Amino acid sequence: MKKNNPPKKELERSFNLWKKEKYKKAMENDFSIQKEYSTVSGRKIKSVYTPLDLENFDYLKQSGFPGEFPYTRGVHPTMYRGRLWTMRQFSGFGTAEDTNKRYKYLLSHGQTGLSVAFHLPTLMGLDSDHPLAEGEIGKCGVTVDSLADMETLFNGIPLDKISTSMTINPPAAVLWAMYIAVAEKQGVSPKVISGTIQNDILKEYIAQKTFVFPPKPSMKLIVDTFEYGTKEVPRWNTISISGYHIREAGSTAAQELAFTLRDGIEYVEWSQERGLDIDEFAPRLSFFFNAHNDFFEEIAKYRAARKIWAEVMRERFGAKNPRSMWLRFHTQTSGVSLMAQQPYNNVIRVAIQALAGVLGGTQSLHTNSLDETYALPSEEAVTIALRTQQIIAHESGVINCIDPLGGSYFIEKLTSEMEKEAKDYIKKIDDMGGMVKAIELGFPQKEIADSAYWYQQAVEKKEKLIVGVNAFEMEHEPIPLLDINETVAKQQLARLKEIKKTRNNSQVRERLRDLKKAAEGDINLMPFILKCVKAYATLGEIMDSLKEVFGEYKEPITY
Amino acid sequence: MAEKKIRVLIAKPGLDGHDRGAKVICRSLRDAGFEVIYTGLRRTPEEIVSSAIQEDVDVIGLSILSGAHNVLFPKIMDLLKKKGAGDITIIAGGIIPDKDIPHLEKNGISKIFLPGSSTQEIIEWVKENVREETPK
Repeated sequence: MKKNNPPKKELERSFNLWKKEKYKKAMENDFSIQKEYSTVSGRKIKSVYTPLDLENFDYLKQSGFPGEFPYTRGVHPTMYRGRLWTMRQFSGFGTAEDTNKRYKYLLSHGQTGLSVAFHLPTLMGLDSDHPLAEGEIGKCGVTVDSLADMETLFNGIPLDKISTSMTINPPAAVLWAMYIAVAEKQGVSPKVISGTIQNDILKEYIAQKTFVFPPKPSMKLIVDTFEYGTKEVPRWNTISISGYHIREAGSTAAQELAFTLRDGIEYVEWSQERGLDIDEFAPRLSFFFNAHNDFFEEIAKYRAARKIWAEVMRERFGAKNPRSMWLRFHTQTSGVSLMAQQPYNNVIRVAIQALAGVLGGTQSLHTNSLDETYALPSEEAVTIALRTQQIIAHESGVINCIDPLGGSYFIEKLTSEMEKEAKDYIKKIDDMGGMVKAIELGFPQKEIADSAYWYQQAVEKKEKLIVGVNAFEMEHEPIPLLDINETVAKQQLARLKEIKKTRNNSQVRERLRDLKKAAEGDINLMPFILKCVKAYATLGEIMDSLKEVFGEYKEPITY
Repeated sequence: MAEKKIRVLIAKPGLDGHDRGAKVICRSLRDAGFEVIYTGLRRTPEEIVSSAIQEDVDVIGLSILSGAHNVLFPKIMDLLKKKGAGDITIIAGGIIPDKDIPHLEKNGISKIFLPGSSTQEIIEWVKENVREETPK
């Protein structure tokens, strides 16, 4: 096989000749071409890649076969032949009734998993009757104040058959407890329910900024969920270590990769300190990445992510169970890449990004809707987004072959460049004393803000073109949007009042007191939270009890 | 005597934590020679109005992506008027549907910049529409 490749010297000679005689001459004649070509993250790209770029490439060491270490080509030996990615549209708005209807609609149209978007007060651990909730109720997600809302949200949806992902962070333990309680009420054992809680506080301090408690107690609560999940809810992914929001906040692709994996390392370290066995909890760690515009760079990012994580788990942490080494991930297309101008063009952006996620070997996918620069998606818009995934899966043919771009000179080179850049960042953060320390120093926050500013400048200088924004501009007609009005707030406030009146209030007070007492010590808080939830203590009441012990995080204001 | 620089308060009302835009705007306005104060996240209308008055700003830029603009913006405008600071120019940006814009403009928001607006556009607008006062 080797004999087919010319010797290196000969290859170099022909390549240099080609560059001089063919490429440079052709470039001289064409004055319209850019001087420099780079990715959306500013990574410089060469005009062509050849075997010379992969001189030291060792197939078994760097790629391996799908389902084999280091899993660069995919975590499963069969990938999409064995099972397609889960089509999981993130969705939630208005009251629990409104969203329950949308879920049933999506499931009846071929969606294969649920993904709950909570409204901002719930994300922040506040009840709808909190002063800061004014104007926010049901706006960018569904309103959940207590177990009663969660019961309505999943009414008629069999939790033993459907997996559910919940984007929830500081109050993740509470919402997860509510979900477990709903399953039990349906007669479904926590041992069989499956899904994911995002539960990734580090990226909140870094990027998305939905934080409540300071880092230390937040990390403690997260390790509590790992410990509880391993024993009691074994099919649940107790964390989704997320790069999505880091990227949306403006990071480059390599920063997204690096900070996310370093967050992952931080969670593993804190869990090991608790004495958890890596091969018991690590198989339940899952990841979540962005799919941005730069097609090949994104694919290289996913491939590098799998390779680095497998190595970290085996070499740094001594994991033995292959499942601990699998980087399984969800992908969402990039929200910030969508444009308000000529919004129908967003359908095309989403399709290209989704394709990158699929070629990168994602386990589940959310495709954004065309109208999301204006509002939460309408039913028509979300249907097109779901159909986009179905067309990729069933019409394009890309699922026929595993990691179809593996072996491309360009993709393999990009994968190793991404790997190197990410490892350099990981080393830097190790040297700072870990991610919690780096966050306290403002390091990842500053790196992201710089990248965001650089990109904005590049767009304004037209070094980066955005169709409809700084090129090919034209007027467009307004598009139909989903409207969430203030009657949602009225309904929800009435409902919350009713719950507080009809539940056993002395039981609620007693259980909240027990929780607070437990939080002062070192024991696992999950059983206490479950008890509060089952007594219909509200999310805000539970979080307030914890705030009294844990305190609240104050972010240093910088820009 | 040097002219007084235009003072801008960039404020984040609402519960969302999306501060990419707000931070890029802060930096761009500062680089363009304005004096910029950033409130940080999740400020109530009361906090925003009192910072604006305390810092004696000429412009407030409201950044919101949570969907609560129809409730929070008019509240901020009312408070400003009540406290005798109705002369401060208010601009806004974020996730705001076209159909909400006329109502918000009627409530006293001078200009709404949608996603995709360039920082240059915002800088020019402020320069043209906010009179630089000579020192009193």
